[in-house]
Amino acid sequence: MSAAVSLRGAAVARGDATVWSGVDVELQAGDFVGILGPNGAGKSTFLEVLLGLQPLQAGSASVLGSPPGERRDRIGYLPQRRSFDESVRVRGRDLVALGLDGTRWGTPLPGAFGRRRAAARARIDAVIAEVGAGAYASRPIGECSGGEQQRLLIAQALARSPQLLLLDEPLDSLDLPNQASVSALIQRLCREDGITVALVAHDVNPLLTYLDRVIYFARGHAVSGTPAEVITTETLSALYGSGVEVLRRSDGRLVVVGQPDMPAHHGHDH
Amino acid sequence: MNPSFSANPLTDLHQLLAYPFMVNALQAGTIVAVIAALVGWFVVLRRESFVCHTLSVMSFPGASGAALVGLPLASGYFVFAVGGALAIAFGSRVRARRSLAQESAVVGTVGAVALALGYLFLSLYGGILESLETLLFGSFVGITRGQVQTLLIVAIVAAAVLAAVGRPLFYASVDERAARADGVPVRALSVVFLILLALAVAAIAQIVGVLLTFALLVAPAATAQLLTTRLRLSLALAVALAVAETWAALTVSYFTNVAMGFAVTTIALAIYACARGARKLRG
Repeated sequence: MSAAVSLRGAAVARGDATVWSGVDVELQAGDFVGILGPNGAGKSTFLEVLLGLQPLQAGSASVLGSPPGERRDRIGYLPQRRSFDESVRVRGRDLVALGLDGTRWGTPLPGAFGRRRAAARARIDAVIAEVGAGAYASRPIGECSGGEQQRLLIAQALARSPQLLLLDEPLDSLDLPNQASVSALIQRLCREDGITVALVAHDVNPLLTYLDRVIYFARGHAVSGTPAEVITTETLSALYGSGVEVLRRSDGRLVVVGQPDMPAHHGHDH
Repeated sequence: MNPSFSANPLTDLHQLLAYPFMVNALQAGTIVAVIAALVGWFVVLRRESFVCHTLSVMSFPGASGAALVGLPLASGYFVFAVGGALAIAFGSRVRARRSLAQESAVVGTVGAVALALGYLFLSLYGGILESLETLLFGSFVGITRGQVQTLLIVAIVAAAVLAAVGRPLFYASVDERAARADGVPVRALSVVFLILLALAVAAIAQIVGVLLTFALLVAPAATAQLLTTRLRLSLALAVALAVAETWAALTVSYFTNVAMGFAVTTIALAIYACARGARKLRG
């Protein structure tokens, strides 16, 4: 089985500062991978490398069997922290449609009912149904709740039937029930459609039962493995180079204590 | 013959079309309304009303500068508006990442420079510029055939460019981050749109005056977006509203001698307020 993504000795710099270096990771096709680590560790940068938006300073990268950026049409991407306030008078389904053909030049004319148009409409209906957004896809997106907006944006990222889905903090700003249901939705996409998913999160807990693997970025390096291998006192202490402790609370949630360059909690309180 | 409004619409229409200047005004008004609504629809989506206002202020140095060197005023409008658009586009580009605060600082500076230049040209010109009031608040008297033809050409070019970039521009306007990551040339599109906006604003300023372009540019589009979220319907509605509001304003202005800019602003804002009220009531 070939890897959907593979990085060998990869390093990235922004300006003069190296973000991370010596990163060797592989994402197997169909895996649901969590990208974890403290703020500023280069998690979003990792996604930008896969998209071909951020060049590597050293090492090599292959995405869906090609150099980054070449298979952009097979990658769905959800950028960080987007939300639409009430004044945005655009329907959710029109935003979803942009994921399918938003980059195409021209303006679709009214009354153009070609075969392509019908196919596009069917595809949009299908992804909206897939994320369970049918009930509110025709409402203005600004009037949808945070969880509803996030589902519609995931539908937008799915519109071109991607093989690889890159999600940057999709659970951010969602309440706990929505974090759980969106995580379950993403896992279902992974299992049923065989999509490889890389998801950036600042809190692993809502995802813990769904993830196949994690890549943990800190102090300019990364380790990868199953959650049980990586999120341990030993592995994270070695990565941080200082005493970090992983505690399991009575409710099963993991808390990482003593990370040097971020708030002490790896949890919700920020 | 002094025009007087009557209960008979046919008599009124006959009176409206009795003078060639009024026919010119109606044609120019219609052309301007259509392009204003189309461009304005994106302005509302992109929340660039402040830029609009600044670009229309460019018409003041445009008109006084043209008077100074003895060119038609309209050419000054277009040259200065496009110049202002380019200054804003490249002024906010100085730093790598554009920030909203920085952009509005650039826009504000360009606006202030425009006013200062306008006043400088005016004092250098020495004579009295046709009428400053006409320049600022609009007039439909004295629109020439040549002006109508120029407006038509500008409007056709602007509409064609808008049609060519419509979908990616919509993408970049409503969801900039995703569009950028998707390979839409967001930066280039925003420069193209600023130039389209400059052309539209320079055209509108010739009819409703420098200070009131907002009425035709933003109000119909904002009203349409309030009333429907269907994209094509909302665009069509914006155009229909802008044209109807322009005709109504020209009629009022013709029969009452109220300034054109005042009439169109009042009508457009009244309709916008009604639309808001109606939405509030519906919940």
